[in-house]
Amino acid sequence: MSAKIILSLQGLSKSFGDINANTNVSLDLRYGEVLALLGENGAGKTTLMNMLFGHYLPDSGEIFISNKSGEMQPLSLGQPQISLSMGIGMVHQHFTLAENLTALDNIVIGSESLWSVKINSETARTKVDLIIKKSGLNVSLDVPVGQLSVGERQRVEILKALYRDARILVLDEPTAVLTPKETDILFDNVTSMTSNGLSVIFISHKLREVLNFSSRIIVLRGGKKVGELSTNEASEKKIAKLMVGEDSSLPKKDKLTTGKPLLSLSDVSAKGTSVRNGLVNVSLSVFEHEILGIAGVSGNGQSLLAEVISGLRKPDTGEMSFGSQKVSVLNPREVIKAGVGRIPEDRHRDGIIGSMTVAENLVIESLRKPNVKRFGFLDRELINRSALKLCETYDVRGPGTQAAARLLSGGNIQKMILARVFNNNPQIILANQPTRGLDLGAAGEVERRLLDARKRGAGTILISEDLDEILRLSDRVLVMHGGILIETENKDREQIGLIMAGEKV
Amino acid sequence: MIRIEPRNSSSRFLKFGIPIASALISLLLAAIPLAFAGADIGLAYLVMVKGVFGSVFAFSEMLTRATPLIFTGLAATVAFRARLWNIGAEGQLYLGAMAAVAVGTGLFDVSGILLLPMIILVGCLAGAVGMAIPATLKTKFGADEVVTTLLLNFIILIFLQMMLEGPLKDPMGLGWPQSAPILDQGMLPPLLNRMRVHSGLIIAVMIAVILQLLINRSVWGFKLRAVGENIFAARHAGISVNKTLFGVAILSGALAGLAGVSEVAGLKGYLTADLSPGFGYTGIVVAMLAGLSPVGVVAAALFIASVFVGADSMSRAMGVSSYLADLVVAMSLLCVLIGGFVTHYKLILTKSVKDNKE
Repeated sequence: MSAKIILSLQGLSKSFGDINANTNVSLDLRYGEVLALLGENGAGKTTLMNMLFGHYLPDSGEIFISNKSGEMQPLSLGQPQISLSMGIGMVHQHFTLAENLTALDNIVIGSESLWSVKINSETARTKVDLIIKKSGLNVSLDVPVGQLSVGERQRVEILKALYRDARILVLDEPTAVLTPKETDILFDNVTSMTSNGLSVIFISHKLREVLNFSSRIIVLRGGKKVGELSTNEASEKKIAKLMVGEDSSLPKKDKLTTGKPLLSLSDVSAKGTSVRNGLVNVSLSVFEHEILGIAGVSGNGQSLLAEVISGLRKPDTGEMSFGSQKVSVLNPREVIKAGVGRIPEDRHRDGIIGSMTVAENLVIESLRKPNVKRFGFLDRELINRSALKLCETYDVRGPGTQAAARLLSGGNIQKMILARVFNNNPQIILANQPTRGLDLGAAGEVERRLLDARKRGAGTILISEDLDEILRLSDRVLVMHGGILIETENKDREQIGLIMAGEKV
Repeated sequence: MIRIEPRNSSSRFLKFGIPIASALISLLLAAIPLAFAGADIGLAYLVMVKGVFGSVFAFSEMLTRATPLIFTGLAATVAFRARLWNIGAEGQLYLGAMAAVAVGTGLFDVSGILLLPMIILVGCLAGAVGMAIPATLKTKFGADEVVTTLLLNFIILIFLQMMLEGPLKDPMGLGWPQSAPILDQGMLPPLLNRMRVHSGLIIAVMIAVILQLLINRSVWGFKLRAVGENIFAARHAGISVNKTLFGVAILSGALAGLAGVSEVAGLKGYLTADLSPGFGYTGIVVAMLAGLSPVGVVAAALFIASVFVGADSMSRAMGVSSYLADLVVAMSLLCVLIGGFVTHYKLILTKSVKDNKE
């Protein structure tokens, strides 16, 4: 507690309409520390950081930042340029890089005057080289960013911030897209950067990382700060309790014997958009009472695999069967009719129609059922009644069943999709990244539903980047790398990690 | 400094207020060109209002003008709700009109009472075929329907001229490129004695009401909206996107074809190449002004028809160019587009740096 404070948020509040995104949040950031900002989705982490960056104007509260001579001075709010010039840098979860430009160009771009005819690349290169040397963020500077791996791209993002003389670096969910090995490298880099005096705010859901890596933890819940503790006195259980407000014990898994095969792919191949994300002779079967986990770093063919199983994409070669029945016509309607429940990866794109109501989104896969319509017209009363019931059963909270679905928060959108899927008692479930970006409460709900379905006899294909989740839920684990599906023995964590990184194919 | 933030919900007030405000503002803005033309602005507006509401005849003329606009507005509305950009209502209108004339002048031997339904049916079909072509090109080959429908307009217009000089040419027409008149029993009955307003208006309003129900309440309308709002989620949910889009295209083309039927079988009686002064394109403005609501289309068509008819009579009385009407219509569309921005985003005046420090 000796280090000096570099940044101080004092009593920040921000509301959007009736929703209080942040209420009176205060926090201090010290020189050279890693401060973890934890919270469920919708807890207000992003809003808080957006206020720090001047993207949002707080309703009340102030921000103080130390200037070059170390005195605290108020930060002009609502002005991103000033936040940048005061040395605040942010690495977003989704990278903001131009893929056709080289790494160096991406780092320099934007910091040059708009009117300068030519980029002074020599001075820029010297400066970047120096930063790389100090931080250990190794990147090939002259390669187009499109050819870099995800981990390298993230390093480019960090370099971009450091190039602008960032003294405070905000990392938003930095490990969501990384392999375990890349994650380790990132943490090494950050450690060496903080020892050079950089202060880091680290936003994450993953408790293990936070515990390993941060020096202090601040927990947000419902827009309020509910806990602040130093990492060495924290435990996974303690933080989880703060985040969800109660003990969220993970569901217990019973031993079950698997039954008949429900869905099989044999030698399925399909061309992807790149060499890595196609499918190469993929075969798999999922059985009754089974959760089949498919691990892997995203972009290795999982999306295409999910598209094939969802009926969105016909494979170039190979066959799919439900039970012993070969699928002749493959489209989403037939797949739904065969009793497959699908939880899509990109729930905003494929899962919901944002401008339609919650009730309409709940009924969208059931339009063919005779009871929802009369003479071609929807029975709105019945649809709304069942929507109300589903929202209650699945704890979908929001402005009501007649409100546009986009007004729901991420977790509630996923719960709505769960309601749609599980209400049909599916025999086969495809869950593609079902807990990505979800808070612990909603993620626990997803896991509980999947385990319930397993007990009931359903077979689930679980595609996830979260290795902990895969290991916790799955009966068998397959790993995807470069479009190839590799079977693993006894769910060995290390072996899976190596295959994910492509080191043991 | 002004900043822009998305609105979390758009209010009912804005939904109805924006189109109405846009209409009024575009009318007020007409004062500027009027002033340039050196006209007495107050008098000009007065003449304009009188030209629409001054007499039963004036009002009936406005209704006559609104009738095809309701049809083409509905054609655009149906298509746009599914994000199918049918810019070809003008061509489909002429296809409908050609079919109506072909049947209505005695191509088939249809007995009296059946002739009118036959004309309407064939006109719808012709319009539908006109839109089915671009829809097929889109669903099969991914051709952009904006380009194909727009270009088809010109093809159809040339085809029309060919037909009017050839098979459809009136042998009694003294050599003019016009069709023979439709038989009396094939004409849409007029609504008022000695007025031009005809029962096409009733059909148009009825269809608007039916479409309102169809889009908002029916399973098919649900699919149409789903495809329009989020094509990915619609496909994922098992809705056949291509089938829905094709159905939308057929309906949209048929409605545009009806506009042509209504003009020849309700108003003119015969077909010339200047049947439509751009009703197909104006229908797009009508649809946008109506916020893509079928019942709203009726109101928007009445407004735009009023502007046209009012400006016509103003230009006759004051010697101002009647192109002023086009100007007002164009400005109303711009106002609606700006208004659409306001309904989705809010502008916030932010305090300057100095204010913050105090």
